[in-house]
Amino acid sequence: MINYIIRRIGYGLLILIGVNLFTFLLFFTVNTPDDMARMNIGGKRVTQDQIEKWKVERGYDKPLFWNSKAEGLGKLKNTIFVERSVQLFAFDFGASDSGRDIGYELKRRVGPSIALAIPTFILGIFVVIVFSLLLVFFRNTYVEFWGVTLAVFLLSISSLFYIIVGQFFFSKLLKLVPISGFAGGADLFIFLALPILIGIASRLGGEALFYRTMFLEEIGKDYVRTARSKGLSETVVLFRHVLRNAMLPILTSTVAVLPLLFLGALIMESFFGIPGLGSYTIDAINSQDFAVVRSMVFVGSVLYIVGLILTDISYTVADPRIRLA
Amino acid sequence: MPKIVFLATDIALYGLIVAIAFYVWHALRTPTLRQTWRSVLHDRVAMAAAVVLIVFLVIAVLDSLHFRPLLPPAPGAAADAAPAYSTRTLSVLDWMLETPREAREKSYSIPLGTHGYAKESIVVDGKTIRDYPRLQFGGAHLKDTEAEWAGDVARRSAVGLLGGAVAVVVLWLAVAALRKRPRTSLASSLEAIWRQTTEVPWRSMLITASVLLLFAGWVAALWSAYHVLGTDQTGNDVLFQALKSIRTAVVIGSLATLATLPFAIVFGILAGYYKGRVDDAIQYLYTVLSSIPSVLLIAAFVLMIQVFVDKNPQMFETALQRADIRLFLLSAILGLTGWAALARLLRAETLKLSELDYVQAARAFGVSNANIMRRHILPNVTHVVLIVAVLDFSGLVLYEAVLSYVGVGVDPTTNSFGTMINSARTEMSRDPIVWWTLTAAFAFMVALVLSMQFFASAVNEAFDPRARAFRIRRPKPSSAQPAVQPAPAPAIASD
Repeated sequence: MINYIIRRIGYGLLILIGVNLFTFLLFFTVNTPDDMARMNIGGKRVTQDQIEKWKVERGYDKPLFWNSKAEGLGKLKNTIFVERSVQLFAFDFGASDSGRDIGYELKRRVGPSIALAIPTFILGIFVVIVFSLLLVFFRNTYVEFWGVTLAVFLLSISSLFYIIVGQFFFSKLLKLVPISGFAGGADLFIFLALPILIGIASRLGGEALFYRTMFLEEIGKDYVRTARSKGLSETVVLFRHVLRNAMLPILTSTVAVLPLLFLGALIMESFFGIPGLGSYTIDAINSQDFAVVRSMVFVGSVLYIVGLILTDISYTVADPRIRLA
Repeated sequence: MPKIVFLATDIALYGLIVAIAFYVWHALRTPTLRQTWRSVLHDRVAMAAAVVLIVFLVIAVLDSLHFRPLLPPAPGAAADAAPAYSTRTLSVLDWMLETPREAREKSYSIPLGTHGYAKESIVVDGKTIRDYPRLQFGGAHLKDTEAEWAGDVARRSAVGLLGGAVAVVVLWLAVAALRKRPRTSLASSLEAIWRQTTEVPWRSMLITASVLLLFAGWVAALWSAYHVLGTDQTGNDVLFQALKSIRTAVVIGSLATLATLPFAIVFGILAGYYKGRVDDAIQYLYTVLSSIPSVLLIAAFVLMIQVFVDKNPQMFETALQRADIRLFLLSAILGLTGWAALARLLRAETLKLSELDYVQAARAFGVSNANIMRRHILPNVTHVVLIVAVLDFSGLVLYEAVLSYVGVGVDPTTNSFGTMINSARTEMSRDPIVWWTLTAAFAFMVALVLSMQFFASAVNEAFDPRARAFRIRRPKPSSAQPAVQPAPAPAIASD
């Protein structure tokens, strides 16, 4: 088990190196620092002097991989590649293009992001499982028919609609919660209630349909028939037997959801003015701050890989038959 | 003669239609495919959805035939002077809808409105007062708007609905006449349609078409004198914008899916066929790609496009071409970043296939690896490709809106549902609120995505009987247990 986890982590690191190389290529060789400078300064007439000055201020004037002017190890170390890409592995993000410390910003913003993402994720899974199990419970009735129809409809609506309409309805018409903003302490709940609700609603349709097919696959199996013939009630069969056995494919699918959670956080945080990582990213994209975007790519990939490893481990918990060699 | 313009996405869209036509021809000639598609053709919901989809596609195609109109010769120009073309590129749809396109107001106005939405200083009888100004186009023919408006709208609606009804009757009779066998009466053909004894669910399709026709007639009649869905902040007709957005959605949905195919097919089959090192390398590649949050990856690419377009302004003659190349490249990028999921499926399918007897036999006969993959593996994984392609379409349409919000979507000058929703964001917090832009985008988007979902689910079920598609089936009193499907071997990473 330990061996296996170590191996997975090693593979994760390998993936991370790949991600880093890829982003480096994308941001520094395909898009040269000159282009970045030109976009960042803006305007049609940008002089070469301005560009050089911009690059020197941010340390982009160094060579990409090999600094022949420096001494000793500095030849390798004093390059953009090491300073901007390798350093990320030590979680040293450097300064953003607007001159602020990215690491500090991340530390400050990770709290609100987690406060939004974790409840959305856990409550979301709970709601989806209950909804889809109810669909299965009422199978071949009109409840299922309309439930599935509703789910397909929910699936076909852009998440932006949920946010805009939700804000309009709950905040502007009913005045239950503030439209946007964020505060610590007891106010946290008021500010996060609507984003969490909308986050769950926007994912409900697609996932409920997926889980439902998972449950339907399980429900025809022998052990279910046995359980029924023992005289167990349908509720017990569904919630105890079917649910546990369907957990495995569900676990696989939750990993697929992790990047979506990140995306959901992006728009959710910026709509609701939550000072988390998502709104930071959107601001960076809009102000074309490449340093921040690069760091966020790194952070996002780390999260994804951690999720991947956690899933692999959780398989063993969910299904004792799986032995990780 | 106007000068015909081919934009990058136009050509891609024509290419796609030719490809679909080729596929239809191929499917008609292949008995197994014909049999499979027959089950889609017999699905009531899927065919009703197909009618809606065809309407959307026709609008998208009409909007993809671009030209630059010929300008009238300048006074005093020589008779044989080179013809001058307008700098604006129009599409056939623009040309057909010239009235609403040109009817521009100053700012917001409500659907079917006759007055502006905000008070302005206007001069009445020499005095300046603050009042709601009359619109230049909406209800401009009315003298006394308060008294005449309701009657006028009702009259126009009636005329429009009547026209729609006539078209409906013609349609039903035409279909009945075309499908009736010789020596049977038209009435019996109509009755068969109505009683749903026909093989193809004509009744569902015709009812859908009828609703659409009535709606179209109604809207068309009102549109000649009003802004049916109001106007936006700059006074443009919202319904016209929504119609223009259809093309963007269709282009993104179809081209981006198309762009994923080469990568996914090549890499997926190679990984599954060669296994070992090749498999490891390809798996590594797509794990790297999928572990980068897609929005950021797309953002990085889109910023690159921006640099490219800014650097090479001479390549694009008109603003429309510049916007179009961005749409085209955005689709390409969505393809480039989105092939991992399909490649994973194809890899698994190829792994399964390459152990089957007929592939082993081909190998034993000395057929080359390339030929085995091309002739024995590829045709047998096309159903996976097809299913994923139709399922992805609706997701991409929804994704476009999100990307536009993040600021890495289509060009801001391109009409798209994303840009419409974006503008609606501020409109919803205005007082009094402007609800029609959001409503229009919502209605059109849901219609497109929902019908694609229904169609995709039927295709999915036809091609993969064990499909995990949702099934909407009205419960029948004597219905047996749903067909039980064997669980798929869970993909366990137990190496």
